[in-house]
Amino acid sequence: MILVLEAAVLGVLTGGVYALMASGLTLIFGVMRIINVGHGALVVLGAYLSFVLWRNLNIDPFVSLVVTMPVMFVLGVILQVVFIRPLKADREALSVLVTYALALGIEGLLGFFFTSNYVQITAWYDTASFPIGNFRITYVYIYGFLLCLAILGAIFLMLYRTTFGGAIRATMLNRTAAQLVGIDVDRVSAVAFGIGMATAAAGGVVFGITNTFNPGSHYDLISRLLTIIVLGGLGSLRGAIIAALIMLVIEDITAVLISPVWADFVFFVVLVVVLLVRPQGLFGLRVRERL
Amino acid sequence: MRRALIATVAGAGLALTACGGGTATATPSPGTPITIGVSVSLTGDFSSDGPALVKGYDLWAEDVNKKGGLLGHPVTMKYVDDLSSTTQVVTNYQNLISSDHVALVFGPYSSLLTKPAATVVDRLGYAFPEPAGGAPSVFALNLHSLFFVQPAAIEDNLVSYTNWLLALPADQRPKTAAYATEDDPFTQPQIDKARKLLEAGGIQTVSYKVYPAETTDFTPLALKVASSNADAVILGTQVPDAIAFVKTFITQHYNPKTLIETAGPDQGAQYSDKLGANTEGIMVPAGWTSGSQAFNNPTFVAEYIAKYGGTAADISADSAEGYSVGQVVEQAATKAGSIDNQKLIDTLHTGTYQTVQGPMGFDSVGRPQGGVGVFVEQWQNGNAVFVYPAAVAAAQPEYPKHDWQ
Repeated sequence: MILVLEAAVLGVLTGGVYALMASGLTLIFGVMRIINVGHGALVVLGAYLSFVLWRNLNIDPFVSLVVTMPVMFVLGVILQVVFIRPLKADREALSVLVTYALALGIEGLLGFFFTSNYVQITAWYDTASFPIGNFRITYVYIYGFLLCLAILGAIFLMLYRTTFGGAIRATMLNRTAAQLVGIDVDRVSAVAFGIGMATAAAGGVVFGITNTFNPGSHYDLISRLLTIIVLGGLGSLRGAIIAALIMLVIEDITAVLISPVWADFVFFVVLVVVLLVRPQGLFGLRVRERL
Repeated sequence: MRRALIATVAGAGLALTACGGGTATATPSPGTPITIGVSVSLTGDFSSDGPALVKGYDLWAEDVNKKGGLLGHPVTMKYVDDLSSTTQVVTNYQNLISSDHVALVFGPYSSLLTKPAATVVDRLGYAFPEPAGGAPSVFALNLHSLFFVQPAAIEDNLVSYTNWLLALPADQRPKTAAYATEDDPFTQPQIDKARKLLEAGGIQTVSYKVYPAETTDFTPLALKVASSNADAVILGTQVPDAIAFVKTFITQHYNPKTLIETAGPDQGAQYSDKLGANTEGIMVPAGWTSGSQAFNNPTFVAEYIAKYGGTAADISADSAEGYSVGQVVEQAATKAGSIDNQKLIDTLHTGTYQTVQGPMGFDSVGRPQGGVGVFVEQWQNGNAVFVYPAAVAAAQPEYPKHDWQ
């Protein structure tokens, strides 16, 4: 029983990290209606950026976010303007191709600079732990969860308390209508993509501390992130967070209770059941696609 | 009617030429450069092992060229990425042999990839000396052209370890053991065999878990093992999970008396630079260690460091295995007086070959024999050394394992 509790706690904490990574992905879909299959590669890129700063300048990975998040934000804006904005017709389908190409390009570049050897960011808090009752929790998961709360909190504040946030929400609801009321949807899209990249950088830091990774690590990551946002409802930030927590808790409990072989299966059963009852996911909006 | 007859005869004639007993490897005239083709995992699950193999192969090619080449033929290595995929590896070898017409091929990384590749290479009539495919399922293919260049079939990799454990005095011997393994053809047979032997020896199994090789989050598994409080922990891992398990054990302050992993601790710097001083006491089955005095090994180690930098402890066993493949082929070619694939196959089935992993011969399906077996290697003070059996041990086994720092 203690083990189940421990697994649940672990699930919540790691779920926070996945929520951080998935939030960027769902935001991008919500604003631009594109599936960014390169999001996993962007997380890995963020992890490598922090890795370089840590290895060469001895900067603590969480502190390095002060540098990597703005850098990734700017990179995101550039990528959106150069690769995504030109897509006019058939955006949803083409965007999958374009973002996949981006992912492969990033993987190739990273492989060129870093080779495919596994690396990992290490810090005192990746093995130091404190006891709660009968089990121990590693500090890195707590820090990661706090980071997730901080960043997601900031995103929510921006979305619901600022005019620009209102513009983003309007674009997510109905792009054409937003244009009609005078919102610069191109600018909104670029900024949203930049925010998505910045959250990927943050997720990348915790990912890089808790996993050994190499340029090819993004495949497993993107498949998990996509299933999370589908469960949560494409475009819903709240949904991404809840879905991430649900997925990780279910998987971790199944892994310790039954077997790791069943962890993915049990989660997918839950996903299918939810989609049968609510095809738009837990919090997805049923939007009218035509004006 | 007549045209149909001519067409049929012509068609039959073409078909007959196509079935001309596999691809005849036209032996190149003396002095001409030859290419040796290899499919390596540069991306995918095995992406950290592929480059290590490449280093070993390249070093051998350099060495053999310094001596004038393989029977006088300067050697060029040609690598293609198989993405750690069982379908791509087949395509790669088909292309290397049928399109690129390489003179010889060497094997890829892992039993998982060697198995499909071996079938194709055999059908095309080439010899297949390979560094890393020693699972029972590979030998079950019954291929005469396959040669596993390691001191023993991998199923027995943990036998030295179980021998050592069961030989400990009864009051020191572990009472309980926990097992966790990937469902990989390399790791699982080893763990299952070790479990059978240890259970027969009276060590109780308190936990046994098999997990998918694609698992990304190993923490819940490691928690399960840690909570079992077993005296002995025996893990069937590759590099990422080997590290992840240890890190969780450290955070949970779980100190088993003995810990062995099937792969990971033998990969040199890739393993030790993430664990630092906490590699202390971790064991791994190994046929090769940088300090061994086997045939040409000190030279191999020195040349490796000169070419790639680092220290002897950074060298991955994969590189030594790749190098051994080259050594075996070189010796067989000299013995046979030819690099013709069929002659190499016949020659490799006889006699003993000297490699940096020690001596070895091959039985009719490529299983190594006459080798000295696989030993127990343990990290002590930042270096991995043989500790058992006594005949090869460079140090006493550290038992119980020191606590985590």
